[in-house]
Amino acid sequence: MARPGAVIEVDRNTPPTLFHYGEGFRLERLPLGSRIVYPPDPIDPIGHPERAIRRALSNPLEDDPLKELLRPGMKLTIAFDDLSLPLPPMAAPDVRGLVIEEVVDAAARAGVEDVELIAAISLHRKMTADEIRHIVGDRVFTTFWPDRLYNHDAEDPSQNVLIGRTNQGEEVWLNRRASESDLVVYVNLTLVPMDGGHKSLATGLGCYRSVKAHHTVDTLLQSRSYMHPPDSALHASCVRQGELIEDAVRVFHIETSVNNHSFPAVANFLQKRETDWTTGDQAAFFALKQVTDLAPPDVKRAAFHSMLAPYGMTGVNAGQVDKVHDKTLENVRRQMMVPVEGQTDIVTLGVPYLGPYNVNSIMNPVLVVCTGLGYLFNLYKNKPVVREGGVVIIEHPCRYEFNAVHHPSYVDFYDEVLADTTDPHEIESRYEKRFAEDAWYRQMYQQSHAYHGVHPFYAWYWAAFTLQHCGDVIVVGGDRATVHRLGFKSATTLEDALEMAEQTVGRWPSITHLRTPPLMLCEVD
Amino acid sequence: MLALEFSRSIPSYLLMRAAGGRAEVATSDLSLLHLGDVDVPELPGPGWRQVRPLVSGVCGSDLAALTGHASFYLEPLTSYPFIPGHELSGRLEDGTRVVVQPVLGCAVRGIEPPCRFCAEGRIGLCLNVTEGPIDVGLQTGYCAGTGGGWGELLVAHESQLYEVPEALSDEAAMLTEPLACSIHAALRGAATKDDVVLVAGAGAIGLLTVAAVKLYTPPRQLICIAKYPHQAELARSLGADLVVAPAQAYQRVRFATGARRLEGIERDVLLGGADITFEATGNAGSLSDAVRLTRGGGRVVAVGMPGEAKVDWAPIWQRELEVTGAYAYGVEKSTGKRTFEMALEASASLNLDRLVGPLFPLTEYKEAIAYALAAGRMSAVRVAFDLRGLSDG
Repeated sequence: MARPGAVIEVDRNTPPTLFHYGEGFRLERLPLGSRIVYPPDPIDPIGHPERAIRRALSNPLEDDPLKELLRPGMKLTIAFDDLSLPLPPMAAPDVRGLVIEEVVDAAARAGVEDVELIAAISLHRKMTADEIRHIVGDRVFTTFWPDRLYNHDAEDPSQNVLIGRTNQGEEVWLNRRASESDLVVYVNLTLVPMDGGHKSLATGLGCYRSVKAHHTVDTLLQSRSYMHPPDSALHASCVRQGELIEDAVRVFHIETSVNNHSFPAVANFLQKRETDWTTGDQAAFFALKQVTDLAPPDVKRAAFHSMLAPYGMTGVNAGQVDKVHDKTLENVRRQMMVPVEGQTDIVTLGVPYLGPYNVNSIMNPVLVVCTGLGYLFNLYKNKPVVREGGVVIIEHPCRYEFNAVHHPSYVDFYDEVLADTTDPHEIESRYEKRFAEDAWYRQMYQQSHAYHGVHPFYAWYWAAFTLQHCGDVIVVGGDRATVHRLGFKSATTLEDALEMAEQTVGRWPSITHLRTPPLMLCEVD
Repeated sequence: MLALEFSRSIPSYLLMRAAGGRAEVATSDLSLLHLGDVDVPELPGPGWRQVRPLVSGVCGSDLAALTGHASFYLEPLTSYPFIPGHELSGRLEDGTRVVVQPVLGCAVRGIEPPCRFCAEGRIGLCLNVTEGPIDVGLQTGYCAGTGGGWGELLVAHESQLYEVPEALSDEAAMLTEPLACSIHAALRGAATKDDVVLVAGAGAIGLLTVAAVKLYTPPRQLICIAKYPHQAELARSLGADLVVAPAQAYQRVRFATGARRLEGIERDVLLGGADITFEATGNAGSLSDAVRLTRGGGRVVAVGMPGEAKVDWAPIWQRELEVTGAYAYGVEKSTGKRTFEMALEASASLNLDRLVGPLFPLTEYKEAIAYALAAGRMSAVRVAFDLRGLSDG
């Protein structure tokens, strides 16, 4: 049985603690009495994923078996989650590919000829052919790409239709092909509780006008947290939109979950607690540390982004969206949940090289904020690990570097918007519309591989609650000018940062380090 | 009298050019410039006065001549040997502080009736720069018979002289000439309040163009491309709404103008761009960028003195750009005023002293030239000679 997550108190025998630091690592000695929260070990995966998938399709939750929904002459659309999860990407075969193969085979057996597959990218960048091939697998890719397997385009007016408005006035748009289909099968992979459910279709095949209904500063400020859907205004809005879609289109949901086996054998020590490191692990770490300290960022990035995670599938459920999602969340929580007693004055965390929006790309400074303060900080249930007015200390090089193809609007967001203000409300009211409607960003999104023009705003909004909740944010080891542009304080060492933090939280603060990734969900009393 | 004299020597010129602007070569014994005792220039006729320079700037055009990068086009329009220095403040025999408007047009040369350009007040375009009692030359500082600012004494026609207001320092007064150039350029650019204006370059001419555009043709947004931090700070203080680094020019101008940016092989291309661009470096690369950063149907004003440069004309052709030069000054049609008078008025509020320095005595001309060649890196804007010790003597 997998070892559950744990909260360890730092004593004299505690070895230095690993902090992720972009495409590198730092070992830090935390003050005595600090707490380190470790994620659970990977739970045992399902032994025969294909068999489990077939079983889920034949015995769906509160829905008819898939084969009974398929008939000759029908129009079938299969939508699937994009590369923003899981993180790191999954070593082949990706569970989405396994599910899609079963669905495609079932459709073929039923004589369905009109089948199209759509990557539900929403306002994310369009995936390359190789990236799609990795998700769906060779057989499906070869059969369907590019005419019947493609990325959703949220900016093509002819390819998106208005389904209606919710009772709260939220517009609901959907990909035209999906809306005109007799059946939409949505294939999801849920990594954290924020994913999946109604959010999949409402967001993944929506467009700016529907996404902006809930991707607002106020909505995110009203979500406690958005990793716990029942307490999330964002998810409530997605549910309203999703229910409207379910009324208009017949949808069959398939959700999968994976364990947190996030690193391949070569970097397996990242999966372990430092006290468990063997001599071999220590040697591997030392070697990797030397390389990452010396190698240029591009080289390190190429190496890290080539790492694929050997996840194991922990659950697959099909059928009615709410029932399916409840089961999925059970599986996800089983893997991620760590009970944490009480809040703390200071939280420390290392931001790794990868977040949802820089797969095969650069984690630019805005994405550092999104990943560190938007996602990792918010991996809690009940209340944040850090108390209100407390301090978050993150470690990341925070270099001024951007991927010009993937993140053109991020560059401008950093140089034009953050130079003016870092206040999420002000940013939203003064700049969002201009970016969302910029013709060049639209062109780059539609014809290249760029995130939508509005995307950096959403990345920033994800951190809005953290910025409001915390008394200070300090970045250790970051480029000073960049950190200041982000509105944070810069420290050279963790010791300096802790001393600076004392000015906000007082002497002898309580400190908790979140040793993530692998990802975990802190259930705070 | 003590002066720096510029001689004509084709071998030296080629050597300087081959050295690629290296200061140690440009000021070596093989240099075109030498410090020595030269004859005091004679007064060419009635109406001419002796002027003792107080502060005299080292302009980019002077450096181009010294390093062999000036265009051969200017060669027949220059007489040798000449004493450089065309932007200066000085003092007359009676103690009056003056600035010298250096263009040697019909009025200076005593040509009656004046050519059609001088008659219109466009003295920079004078057709008689080879005529009259003085040698060939477009300006004081490039004419064998007048002397120049880099010597103890020069001669100037009364029509060239403008009295300096008491409140204006010698240093700030010295910048009257480049400021007048910039005002003339701004008025040729003729930006409106709806335009986005780009000033490419933040040396002295670029910074003064920023100030002139802000003062005389304030646009909707004024963007300046500045390479060094001190230039960026000065550009902001002189009126730039946005200052960007050269490497960010395409990104930031695209955003400011809502253009679309296409990736290019050598340079990117903007579909859209600034309405008016002032190119203030004379650098070929900057000119090539300027024509790509300006929208179709827009205007590019060359303010910095260009040399023989390789510039891709395809954007000029395809975008139907209006490319225009802005040389010198005269009487501005739009205001009916002399540009020098406008510059002296404007100087009062611009605090231009901060753009001048460090100052060197003539005897340290090698250090001065070396400093001027590295001005940007050395956080300087306009290096100048301080000749006040010589004047007092």
